[in-house]
Amino acid sequence: MLKQLFFAATLLITLAVFAFTMRKLFANFRFTRWIPLDNITTRLRVTLEVAIGQTKIFRHPVMGFLHAMVFWGFLVILAGSIEMVIDGLFGTERILGILGPVYDVVIALGDVFAVIILLSILVFLSRRLFLKVKRFYGPEMKAVSKADANLALAFILLLMVTLLGMNTFYLLNSAANNHEVIGFYPASILIAAFFTDLSPETVHFWHEFNWWGHILLIFVFANILPYSKHFHVFMSVPNVFVSRISPLGYAENMESITREVKMMLDPQTAFATSAEAPAKFGVSDATDVSWVHYMNALSCTECGRCTAVCPANITGKLLSPRKIMMDLRARMKEKGEGLRRKGAHFEDGKSLIGNYISEEELWACTMCNACAQECPVNIHQPSLILDMRRYLVLEKSAAPAGLNNAFTNIENNGAPWQFSPQDRMKWAEDLFINQTV
Amino acid sequence: MDNKTKIKVPVMAEVAAAGHQPEWLFWVGSAGAFDDRYKKVSREFAKILSFLKVDYAVLGTEESDSGDVARRAGNEMLFQMQALTNIQILDMYGVKKIVTCCPHDFNTLKNEYPDLGGNYEVWHHTQFLQKQISEKKIQFDTKLFKDKTIVFHDPCYLGRANNEYDAPRSILAGIPSTKVEMKRNRSFGLCCGAGGGQMFKEAEKGSKEVFIERTEEALASGADIIATACPFCMVMLTDGIKYKNEEDRVKNYDIAELVSLGLGL
Repeated sequence: MLKQLFFAATLLITLAVFAFTMRKLFANFRFTRWIPLDNITTRLRVTLEVAIGQTKIFRHPVMGFLHAMVFWGFLVILAGSIEMVIDGLFGTERILGILGPVYDVVIALGDVFAVIILLSILVFLSRRLFLKVKRFYGPEMKAVSKADANLALAFILLLMVTLLGMNTFYLLNSAANNHEVIGFYPASILIAAFFTDLSPETVHFWHEFNWWGHILLIFVFANILPYSKHFHVFMSVPNVFVSRISPLGYAENMESITREVKMMLDPQTAFATSAEAPAKFGVSDATDVSWVHYMNALSCTECGRCTAVCPANITGKLLSPRKIMMDLRARMKEKGEGLRRKGAHFEDGKSLIGNYISEEELWACTMCNACAQECPVNIHQPSLILDMRRYLVLEKSAAPAGLNNAFTNIENNGAPWQFSPQDRMKWAEDLFINQTV
Repeated sequence: MDNKTKIKVPVMAEVAAAGHQPEWLFWVGSAGAFDDRYKKVSREFAKILSFLKVDYAVLGTEESDSGDVARRAGNEMLFQMQALTNIQILDMYGVKKIVTCCPHDFNTLKNEYPDLGGNYEVWHHTQFLQKQISEKKIQFDTKLFKDKTIVFHDPCYLGRANNEYDAPRSILAGIPSTKVEMKRNRSFGLCCGAGGGQMFKEAEKGSKEVFIERTEEALASGADIIATACPFCMVMLTDGIKYKNEEDRVKNYDIAELVSLGLGL
């Protein structure tokens, strides 16, 4: 009974702290721009493919495979964690055993996955600790980002060790007490063979130790995650669901501009629409972004696949698509906190462009969409970069000189070069075809 | 053998005035109309259209810039002015099907004009040519490229932006020659460096120009023909080949040019 009370208390604290953090993070969505979410069936299909099916992570076949194993393993092991919560609250043992063969399969899979995940995490950790993988470096990858990654991996490693420990000593404990074993444990049964000489008391202790160790690690980990880049554990599946589903090359239309342009072209139609012009065109601060972009930022786990394929970054320019997402997240945290504490008029004299992202970074983008193509969780960085360019051009007229020339030419001659529109057919002059064919 | 006939590219205003509505509009695009290198591509494509007896016309002086560069450089106002003006013209002529040699205009006309009320069936010239080949309207019987090795550079706005990787490759597959791929190809393809307005501005400070990185990769493939299907890629790769002093050994062609050469037009 005492154990159950203790369990209930820790669970309650875990949930309370988690709710507190979530409230803070999700309150920031209030400061974002609303865009509608349509095509739910397409979204479900994309979620199944990209999130559950892990299709994009396989673009790096070896590491992708290991990640997919970890992800699918987590899904299976999650069932066991839910069981632990029920057991903990009601003092039962392996309560979901009532599901019979289904339970056997799930538990057996989880047991094997624990070993696979453990080995994968060891590979991930050694890549980070001993190999200099280029995409894990870069100016935005500060010491804290690296520590963050290693901490998350260490947690998962311990989770798997305690899970296997729990299963192993559960088997030994059952044997010592002549209890029937509920479930099937293909991996732990092999490990248990090494510990057959332990006394029943020792076995009991290690079972309790691993059981509590595992569940408490989950509770602590769940509350560290939202403060970590590893928050993607929670955010990536929903992010894939809300992510952009239009062709990568499509740029969102600015309706506010359409009204203005239509007014210029035909004053009659413009007065028919009564909507007011927005206070600002484009994005200059975190509070101007769409809620999907903020969601993108929350689900970025800083893997750097985007930056590794960015033509600008590859050729030594400042732009790093990963940094764009990290900057948005950091700025929203800062500005959101101010807005929540000091109210809607909060100003700290800072903004996303300028204090976090330089104009030089924004103008280095070729809009090639390599980053978006690569992102395993469907983050679309180019559209955010475009929104910031829109601010620079429409609000500040701050385009590089060459582009301003092109704009002027398009305005005056209908082409980005300085040619007369009357010469548009010159290419077709004196055209001959060989008719013998 | 040399039996050259002069052809006149039909202009929409004249065709419409004669009471005819052509099946296709050939959207030439600013680069196709003004860039010296890509004007040649427009000419070759017009020759192919003429060879195929396609019922088409161009807008001529009534065509204006699609606005793609303006939009991706952040000038939404200018983009929409261009788009709305073009849509007015296109709708005035009742245009339904558009074919263009420019992947950027292809993307904008196909994916973005609908937001502003312009709805057309838009084809990139590689898709158009692939269809003609699959219908056996184009058949190659040429030894011109027999000893050549061709590599294809994926334009971002055809490939990643619109998922078209196979049309250009299947055209090349029909031309007797050796084909190779660059290390980064298809959805992994590296940008030529011209997109997003870069074509018209100085590059930011870095260790290398993007077009050089891509040209080096193309040269490393061992090809003597670098094929592409985009005016911007064409400019960048041509510059890259010159920069690498390889212009005597390596040539740069648009898919339409290879088709036209292959047909002996």
